[in-house]
Formats: sequence, C-alpha cells, structure tokens
Amino acid sequence: MTTLRPHAEDQYAEELALLAAADDRPRPPGWRLSPQAVVTYLLGDGAKITPKYVGPRRLMEVAVSTLATDRALLLLGVPGTAKTWVSEHLAAAISGDSTLLIQGTAGTAEEAIRYGWNYARLLAEGPTDAALVPSPVMRAMRTGAIARLEELTRVPSDVQDALITILSEKTLPVPELNTEVQAQRGFNLIATANDRDRGVNELSSALRRRFNTVVLPMPASADDEVEIVARRVAQLGKALELPEVPAALEEIRRVVTVFRELRSGMTEDGRTKLKSPTGTLSTAEAISVVTNGMALAAHFGDGTLHPGDVAAGITGAVIKDPVSDGVVWREYLETVVRERSGWLDFYRAARDA
Amino acid sequence: MPERIYGIRHHGPGSARAVVRELTANPPEVLLIEGPPEADDLVRWVADGGLEPPVALLGYAVDDPGRAAFWPFAVFSPEWQAIRWAVRHGVRVRFFDLPYAYRVAPGAGTGPVAPSPTAGDLGGAALNRTVLGRSALSGSALNRAALNKAALSGATPAAMIEPDPDEQVEPALDEPPLRPVDPIGELAAAAGYDDPERWWEDVVEHRGVPVFEAIAEAMTAIRETSPEDPDDLLREAYMRSVLREERRRHEEIAVVCGAWHVPALTRKVAVKDDTALLKGRPKGKVAFTWVPWTYGRLASWSGYGAGVRSPGWYHHLFTTGDDVVVRWLVDAAGVLRAEGVPTSSAHVIEAARLAEALATLRGRPLAGLAEVTEAAEAVMCDGEPLRAELIARRLVVGERLGSVPDDMPAMPLVRDLTAQQRSLRLKPAATERDLDLDLRQDNDLRRSRLLHRLGVLAVPWGQRAATRRGAGTFREEWRLLWQPEFAVRLVEGSMWGTTVASAATARVARRARDATTLAEVTELVELCLLADLADAYPPVLAALDTRAALDADVHHLMAAIPALARTLRYGDVRRTDVAGLATVTASLLGRVCAALPSAAGSLSDEAARQLRDGMDGVHRAVGLLADDSLRERWLGTIASLAARPGLHGLPAGRLTRLLLDAGRLDGAEVRRRLRLPLTVGTPPAHAAAWVEGFLSGGGLLLVHDEALLSLVDDWLADIPADAFDSVLPLLRRTFGGFDSGERRAVGERVAGGRAASADTAAAIDAERAAAPLTTLGALLGRRLTGTKGTA
Repeated sequence: MTTLRPHAEDQYAEELALLAAADDRPRPPGWRLSPQAVVTYLLGDGAKITPKYVGPRRLMEVAVSTLATDRALLLLGVPGTAKTWVSEHLAAAISGDSTLLIQGTAGTAEEAIRYGWNYARLLAEGPTDAALVPSPVMRAMRTGAIARLEELTRVPSDVQDALITILSEKTLPVPELNTEVQAQRGFNLIATANDRDRGVNELSSALRRRFNTVVLPMPASADDEVEIVARRVAQLGKALELPEVPAALEEIRRVVTVFRELRSGMTEDGRTKLKSPTGTLSTAEAISVVTNGMALAAHFGDGTLHPGDVAAGITGAVIKDPVSDGVVWREYLETVVRERSGWLDFYRAARDA
Repeated sequence: MPERIYGIRHHGPGSARAVVRELTANPPEVLLIEGPPEADDLVRWVADGGLEPPVALLGYAVDDPGRAAFWPFAVFSPEWQAIRWAVRHGVRVRFFDLPYAYRVAPGAGTGPVAPSPTAGDLGGAALNRTVLGRSALSGSALNRAALNKAALSGATPAAMIEPDPDEQVEPALDEPPLRPVDPIGELAAAAGYDDPERWWEDVVEHRGVPVFEAIAEAMTAIRETSPEDPDDLLREAYMRSVLREERRRHEEIAVVCGAWHVPALTRKVAVKDDTALLKGRPKGKVAFTWVPWTYGRLASWSGYGAGVRSPGWYHHLFTTGDDVVVRWLVDAAGVLRAEGVPTSSAHVIEAARLAEALATLRGRPLAGLAEVTEAAEAVMCDGEPLRAELIARRLVVGERLGSVPDDMPAMPLVRDLTAQQRSLRLKPAATERDLDLDLRQDNDLRRSRLLHRLGVLAVPWGQRAATRRGAGTFREEWRLLWQPEFAVRLVEGSMWGTTVASAATARVARRARDATTLAEVTELVELCLLADLADAYPPVLAALDTRAALDADVHHLMAAIPALARTLRYGDVRRTDVAGLATVTASLLGRVCAALPSAAGSLSDEAARQLRDGMDGVHRAVGLLADDSLRERWLGTIASLAARPGLHGLPAGRLTRLLLDAGRLDGAEVRRRLRLPLTVGTPPAHAAAWVEGFLSGGGLLLVHDEALLSLVDDWLADIPADAFDSVLPLLRRTFGGFDSGERRAVGERVAGGRAASADTAAAIDAERAAAPLTTLGALLGRRLTGTKGTA
C-alpha cells in the first residue's frame, strides 16, 4: 500500500469496528454509531480508542449533538485548530465515509455543490439522469451520509446560497429533469471556515441560520499542546518515513512554549506581556516546525534534535511580516528568551537564524 | 418535633424553595438564621419595600471601618426567603452565628494578627474567614488557603475588606482545603454534576425523600471523615448555646443554617464545653447596616474565589416556574436583540432542540446551565465570543443591583471621610474657599492627599487652582466647594471600599486595568504619587507594563518614560514608596531600545522632529535614573542608530550630539561626522536638518561648553572657502533659532579667544560657600551639610 495518507475510516477501521460492536445505545437513523460512541471515538477512551481531538469535551458533544439534530455544523477557528481533522473524523465515524468532500475556493462553482453535466452525453442524449454528474453533496443526500465542505467562507456568496434549499428543505431540485433528490436520513453537512477569512465572503444570514457554530480554540494548556504536537510528529514521521530521530520532548515543549507565549501575548508564568505577531502560530505550525527540525537533524545533523534545528523553523513561522513581526520576535528574544535558564543555546541559535 | 433544622446550600435556589415550603408546612414560633446577631435589629427593614435584593449586611468595626465584612443575600438565598417568610408571618427572627464583635476584638486589628493558632482565629484570621467565607461564599465556609492569605494581610485592614472585589487576591487553591467550601456542591460534583443546583433538583427533590433529613444525613457522613476547623467549632458552640436558650422559651423552633453545621447542632454537647470555648473572648464594637449589592459581586468571576458562579441563572431558576430552558433561551435572544443582533424565534427553537440533544447525549434528565449556554453559543452566537460573553454577563451573572431604603444609617466611607475632615480641620462648606497647602507640613500633606483621593472617587470637592506664585513643588493651591450631590457619589464610592484610601486605591487599580492607552496609565502613576496610594502601585505598574507591551507606538513609550523617571527620582519629596516602578521603567526602556531602530526609518520632517523630542526626553530621563546598565543599553542603542546611513538628519545630528555629550564619541569622530553632511553626496535639506539637530538645545550651551564651541569653531574654520557659501544658509537657519542675546554671547566668546575662561575656575572658599547652606536647606526642605563643601 503506497497511499501517502489513508482516509480516516480506513486508518482507524479497527477502532470504528470495536466501537460499533460495543455500542448498545440508540443510533440516530443513518448513523453507524450512537452519538456517545462518536464522542468516544473522537476523544478516545484511554485504552483501545486513541484520541483524535485533544480539547474540551463539550465542544465535541455540541458538534455531535448538532449533527444529531439534523442541523448543519459549522466548525470555525483560526488556521491549524484541527477543523478539517475533526470534520473528517466526524464523517468517518458517523457515516463511515469521509470522502464526500468539496474544497471551497474562490473558484468553486455552483455545480460543485449541486450537480454538473457530462457534456458529451448531454449533447448526445439531452438531459437525462445518466448525463447528470452528481456533486458530493448530492451523493451524500442520496446515501444518507455526511458531506463535507472545506473553507466555506472562501466560496463566493452566490454559490454559498445554493446550500440554503439543501439545508432547510433537505432536497435538491433538478429542474432540467423535473425531478429532485431528497435527502435520506443521516444526511448532513459539516462545513469549516477560517476565522481569519471573516468578512471575505460573509455567510448570508439565511445560510448562517442553518448552521450551528462550534468554535475550535487553540489548545488550552501547554501540556495538551505538547501532547498533540508529540503525537502528530510521531505519526507524521512514520508516514513520511523519516529516519528515526528521538522526538526530544524538551524541544517540542520549547517550540510549544514559544508559540503559546507569542500567541497569547503573555509569558506562561503570566508575568510579562508580549506583543503578538501577525501570524496565527497554530498548533499545526508547531507540528511542522518540529517535523522540519527532525528532518534537518536526521539528514544534516547528528540525529538528535537540537535547539538549532528548530530555531530556523520557528523564526520562519513567527516572522510572517518582515517588519513588524521582526520587532516582535527580537523583543521576545531579548526580553524573555535571553533570561530564561536553559534556553541559552536556543537564544543563540534563534538570534543567528 | 419541637425544632427543625434546615441545612441549606447558601445561595441555592433549590434550598430556598424547600425552606419556604417547609416553613409554610410547619410554621415555627421563632426562626434562627446563620448570620451575625448584631444585625437582629436590621431584620425589620426586610419588610420595607425599599430593601430590594441583592443586598448585603455590612458589618464593620466602629473604631476602624476598614475592618468590615459583608453577608450578601439574593432573592434566591434561602436565608433571605426565610427572613421574608418570618417577617410576613410575624415570626421572630434571630441571627445566631458567632457575633461579629468577636472578630473585631480590640488588639486584633492594631497590629499583625496574633499568631497563636487557637486564639489567632478570633483575630484577623477569623475576620477574614468571615469576609471571604461568608460574603463570598456559596458554601458556609472558606478554605484554608483563603484563611492563610487573609491572615497574612491582616496587618493592613483595608485589604481585609475587599475594597473592590475585582482586586481581591484569589485564594491560592493549591493548598489543601481545611474542609469543603461548598459541601453540597462537592457532593454534586462527586455525582458528576457541574451545577449543584441541578443535582439538588435531580437527586434531592425528585427522590421524594424528606429533603433536609437526607441532607443532614449526608453531612453527618461527610463530617465524620473531614478535618474540623477550629473556627467552625467555635461558631457552632455559639449556635448551640443560642439554640439552648431558645429551647427554654419556645417549642417550635426552625433553624436555617449551612448544611455543614447541621450535624454539629444536633450533636449532644455538654453545656460547659460550649461555655468554656466561648468564655473570655474579647469583643469589639461593631455596627451593621444594609448596603446594595450586585449579582456581579456575588459571582465568582468578580474575584471572590468561592462565589456563586451564576447568580443570574439561579435567579431565573428561582423565579421561573416551568419552561426554564425555553424561557432562558428567549431571554438570551432578547439580550442579543437588544444589542442589535437579529435573533429569530427559529434560533430559539433550534437552540432549545440542541440543548435537549446535549442533555440526552450526556444522559441528563433536563438541560441545565451548561447545556443552554452551549446551545445558545452554537446557535445564536455564530461563534462570536463577544456575544457569548454578553449573554454570560447579562444573564448568567446578571446586572441586577439591589437597593436600600433612603433612611438607612450612613455608610462607613462617609464616616471615614467625616472623621478625616474633622482631624484635618477641613470642614465641607457650600461656599467657595481657597486653600493654600505647603506640602512640607504634615497636616497640609495629608489634606492634599485626601483631596487627591476624593478626586479619584469622583468627588471633586477640591479643584486644583493654577499656582499663582513660584514653581515650588511643595505648594499646592486648591479651591474647595462642597456640593450636595457628593453624598451620592460617596455612596457609589462605597462599593470600592470603606475608607477613602482603600476606595481610592481600588478605584485607581480598576482604572489602571481598564485603561486603553499608555498615557492614561502614566497619569495614574502620578496620581498614585499625589494621592499616596501605595497599595495601588502594583496593579498600576502591572497595567503600565501591559500597556507598554501592547503599545506598538514607540513614541508613546518614549513619552511615558520621562514622567516615570521624574517620579523615581523625586518621588521621595512626598515620602512615597516607589518600589517596583524602577523595574517597570527599566523594562519600558528595554522595549524602547528594541523598537527604536525600526521606528527610525523613513521619517518625514515632522516625524523626525517628534522622534528627536522623544529621544531627548528619554535621554534626560536615563540621566535621572542613574542606573549604569540602563544607560549603557540606551547609549548602545542610540550609538548604533546614529551610525545608520539612512537616518533622517535631525535625529542623526541630535544623536551624534548626545553621544558626544555622553563621551561616547571623541572630538575627531564628531568632526568627521560633522563634515559628512556638507559633502556633495548629501542633499542640502538633510545637511540642514543634521546641523540643526546637532546644535539644537539652545545657544546657551554653546556659550558655556568650551569643548563643543571649539569643536564647532574648528569645523567651521575647516570648511573650504568655496563650500562656505553653500553651507552658510544652513548655519543661518540653525543659529537663527537662537536668542539674539545668545548669538551675541557666542560671537563674543569666539572673538574673545578661547583662553579667556581657562583660569577662571578659581579654588572654592569652603567657608564662604558654607554660609548660605542653611538658607538653601530651608528652601529645599532638607538638611544640607557642608562636609562636601567643595563638591
């Protein structure tokens, strides 16, 4: 098997089967698991089921309940807060299929959300069922599955509004064939949207009303974040077949600390206020900084992760705007990092980077 | 049964309902309530329509109103409901907790609290216990951490009474609690409930068991294994003795007290043990009054530590019969609509559905606060934290403010002010009057502080008048005019504290926290100095640090430094402790040093001028600070800045000059730099700005600074004749800015040759120089000695 990244339902097929076997609670129509089991799948049970999302339980409960009440779910958050990750796993756990996906872009057309045509057939046969090319949403409606729409707010407003009928009437009319596709039970939609895109293509209030919003926050505590980064780095390292580098927890903690402090504008001990850079400094970026550092250490270093290996990556992640972020970063290095014991190597490396 | 003991959860609406139900079913002859017995007389006010909860009983030591404690009541407090019931039915009410007088016993407040572990708990520690426990609390008590912390602060009475709950130090919760703060809450938590009220509802009410017997049983079980708090034992001994006294007079007695105390009241204890415990305790003189309270102060997020987290929700639970969830969500929609957020009935419907689904998912019979909040957040708030916060503030906590009847006795803040007015011989008058204060005199200094503090409390009794004569820092002129509405302001000020000083401190601390610009905070620093609010320094300085960190504009940062440096250097004129300020000033300077290089690029003429002025100010301030490492850092920064090629002429010239004055550049280097602007590669405007920057600061310096004058003179002489014509306009421009007198003096110095002043520095006659020292000392307000007469 050479798939770079298997779908969630394949990768975690075992866990899903385990949960389904033990699940004796009522399942909403069209669901593979009961809502409680879905929450367990996402958050782990401390034994066989690994946690997919590390964060407040109540958020996952709200998300799952939302889907159970047949309201569409909008996952909102700054980049790198595991929106897509959560939506993929929700779809995998609820309908066993996370592939009904539309990537929202500025160029997403209405056909991508409703249906398109196979033009060769359309010309040859005229509008027939066979000439119709269903969108992932249409297929999800037919099969009673969860459809996913990424980056909803990047989609132009007029295209977004194609969702209104689908979400409120749960039907997709096809006027050309004088038919409609009615959603089967179990159909629902999970959309993700980026907080930073607010105001680009603001959802119309009619559409907004069809969604329940769950805001995914940045990890609450440093330990949570270290755990997330360490786990993902290990998984990624395996997937990318990087040479084995002992994931130095100390360096991960350092990266996470730097990210958290700059993000929150406050040192972890709460004593010093800091300026925040323009970038988001998400957990995802922390993961990539560490992975990158490990690749550096494995291929060009001595095989252990040193402060120098992550320093360059951090500098690049922090300084998104060369002028203002540069000041922020320098001020942080001089006022916080320099005086912290045990951080001298990192300070030097970061200053030179 | 002759007596019924109702163990309640303080501020628990479920308990309140149950108590009223029980009282109606079994009306007693007398009602005993956990509360300060000194407040018995105040019970009658409950019948007055003017007393509207949330209100609090405020008790304070008569001789020292700074020592005070609050006993708040909300409409959903079981005690309040019980009192109301009793007042309506003409049943006598008696508070039977340990008298507050014991807490303010003389001796406990004058110095640090007596350290003895058993006797000490009757001093400041016990007082704090009451303050933190009873006022804050949801449980009938407190925890060890709060106690310890409070005991430590016992030396400063103002700290005991939370002048502003927001500023109250959070008890360190990492220390093991002596006993459960909210025993019922902990029972609920153990059962997996995040809201004790819902636990009460589900587990206690719906079981059909006699509520209070079940609670008493549970508490007995808990108390058997929990450590006992000596203060509790004392209070319970008093409670039992009151109970015994009432037993002799009445058959039907009802007792409303924290559930924790129930087992102690039913336990058999020998009379002599209780009397022994209570005997010989000193008592202080205390006074009680009702004060308005707010739900915000009841709520824990105001910093109470162990408060009721959601008074608004409890109010809703208590006052709403059925459809609790739907009505709540309708209210939430109303809050959002009032703020202009379109929220339809469809939203409410969806939110109610989601709340129910969540409750089902969590296996709960009914949606509670957590579910409705999360549902409202997901459906109505569109992921906007501000809206969720709005709902939390308006509904979950609530903004309800209680009221007290107009004819209530005076507030402690007013009393404190009256006392100070008397001792400072400063009578309020309705006619305008001028007051000239000499700050070197103690009485005047105290008057000045009082006026400044009142100003902070929005009681502008005195207005600063423009100083008519002299610029002495020890003179202050005020115009006094007392206006009737100040009385109202004082009552408002009471929420900040019970003495003028503590209230002003809390007010300043709050203003510092709310300040949005650096300038506001710097102003507060000076205000703290003027009003002598030493306790306000830490929060103000913290705010200063925060604002400085967030203020991206280096000009603001630079503008803040001179005032701070002045305060640091001259603060002791007012005998103020300014510890901590130095650290903040240093960090501020550090930030300026870090940000200055990037702020100095691509400047317009105006911006360059601003930068020059800012840097001048900082440079002078650095001189005042007398801290070598800071000075090094600052000079290092400007040295690297001055050497930067693209820098605007004005600051570049100025910096070169500053470095020259500081001895960082020698004459040769300065001469080289002086020459550079006049070379062909430099546009004339730049050169003009450079020279102006270098020589600005007045011609007087040029007159007296021999080295500088010779430097400029040499430089001028070096200019080749053919270039001189083009340089001349630049020089005219700079020198044109000097006074004509200065210009003439410079000219005379240059014409008169350099040697003239070389030997004027004659030896100083120490004896003659010592003669005027006495007079000088009187003028400066400090003793001068002639030992270093030649310095």
